[in-house]
Amino acid sequence: MKVTAKIIKYELHDVFRSKWVILYTLFFLATSDILFRFGGNSSSVVLSLMNIVLIFIPLVSIIFGTIYVYHSREFLELLLSQPLNRGNLYNGMYIGIALPLSAGFAAGVIIPSMYHGVAATTDQIMFLTLILSGLFLTFIFTALAFLIATSCEDRVRGLGVSILLWLFFALLYDGIILLGTFLFKAYPLEKPLIAITLLNPIDLARILLLLKLDISALMGYTGAVFQKFFGSQVGIIVSTLTLIFWILMPFLIGLKKFLKKDF
Amino acid sequence: MISIRGLHKRFKRLDVLKGIDLEIEAGKVNAIVGPNASGKTTIIKSILGLVKPNDGEISVKSQKLNGVWDYKKDIGYMPQIARFPENLTADEVIRLVRGLRDDGAKLDFELVDSFKLKKEMGKPLRTLSGGTRQKVSAVIAFLFCPDILILDEPTAGLDPVSSSILKDKILKEKASGKTVILTSHIMSEIEELSDSIVFLVEGKIYFKGSLDNIRENTKETKLERAIARMMQGVDS
Repeated sequence: MKVTAKIIKYELHDVFRSKWVILYTLFFLATSDILFRFGGNSSSVVLSLMNIVLIFIPLVSIIFGTIYVYHSREFLELLLSQPLNRGNLYNGMYIGIALPLSAGFAAGVIIPSMYHGVAATTDQIMFLTLILSGLFLTFIFTALAFLIATSCEDRVRGLGVSILLWLFFALLYDGIILLGTFLFKAYPLEKPLIAITLLNPIDLARILLLLKLDISALMGYTGAVFQKFFGSQVGIIVSTLTLIFWILMPFLIGLKKFLKKDF
Repeated sequence: MISIRGLHKRFKRLDVLKGIDLEIEAGKVNAIVGPNASGKTTIIKSILGLVKPNDGEISVKSQKLNGVWDYKKDIGYMPQIARFPENLTADEVIRLVRGLRDDGAKLDFELVDSFKLKKEMGKPLRTLSGGTRQKVSAVIAFLFCPDILILDEPTAGLDPVSSSILKDKILKEKASGKTVILTSHIMSEIEELSDSIVFLVEGKIYFKGSLDNIRENTKETKLERAIARMMQGVDS
């Protein structure tokens, strides 16, 4: 643990000094400030922020994570030639990247909300759910980035896979589902659709938020099916648990690959 | 000190090491030479646990390497390419490595002085030249006064002055009983530094022995010519 903590500390130092995380924080600061200023009531602010969170956080986390791991290649070699456990190194690297990204996002949306004020309690809960979803997505897509960068030796290919994976989850997935439901509209699709939704972390985060917001008009087909099947309460629990699984799965596979990897 | 038995390593379809048996003797400078892509770096990385062998066994100070990492506290490693995280300074990297070791061993900053690195240590590593990074890498390798020094083409990229400073340092460490493993393409350097040579061709040991052995075998007085002669022998 001590070794992991030290690696996290130095990673943080390194990441914070690169301007990316600062830009990322400023982006959220500016966007949420503008939305709070001109976006009317805080529930519509949360909705607008949601769309940014669902698209932008996965993109930045997976790209930044992938680039960072490739970038640290020689540094990893240096550290691996020191007396330390590979597992500790991997954990430290992961937290050292996921943490500043999370902090940047959280600070970027929380600070404007503090001076603009989120009045109603329901809005506050929504706002917290938004932050929670953002954090989930950060950890999930950083873990995916680590898995990709550990598996792909070739940097260009690894980065390509990262971008494609983001494109797939953020944009293509819904299109494919729509196409599928259209093609198979004669069949009962509720259960397969739920399974398919669980396979996309961005969809899950969206549903988690919308179940909390309780705006069925915006839920889309999968969201509506989800709510109908699970109900809001169970739906929230199921989506949260699946999101946790979505962090653990790529993280653990990546760790296993990292332990066996040749440097 | 280090013994390697039947070491095999395959990268995808490429057989890099095809059964290496090697004893690294304590208190000597052991040079590994061979053409490009003959497996020199792979042997070194296997000893460091950076590369996981497909088959075979390595032990360092009679401790078998299977998932252990403690033995690396006795090793100082200087990789072929010295690259570091861009935003950290040399001082910070050293502090990090020291923090990770955390064993209160005595530290050797001699190279910082002899390379005149004091001023560079506080600058972000991205602003340093390739040669200066190489020097920082050397400082880290020698820092913890390790019993074993593993140097992968240590003088590549260094100017003649720095190169001789480093060579003097290697000889000094050898004189104090340290074990050194060294790869290089510069034969005069090997001649100057090493006691024994392992000549590697396509993942197999083609020859091992002392410098005098090589000269006797090939009837050449210059190591460069002797090695060249051996390489020709391999080709035909």
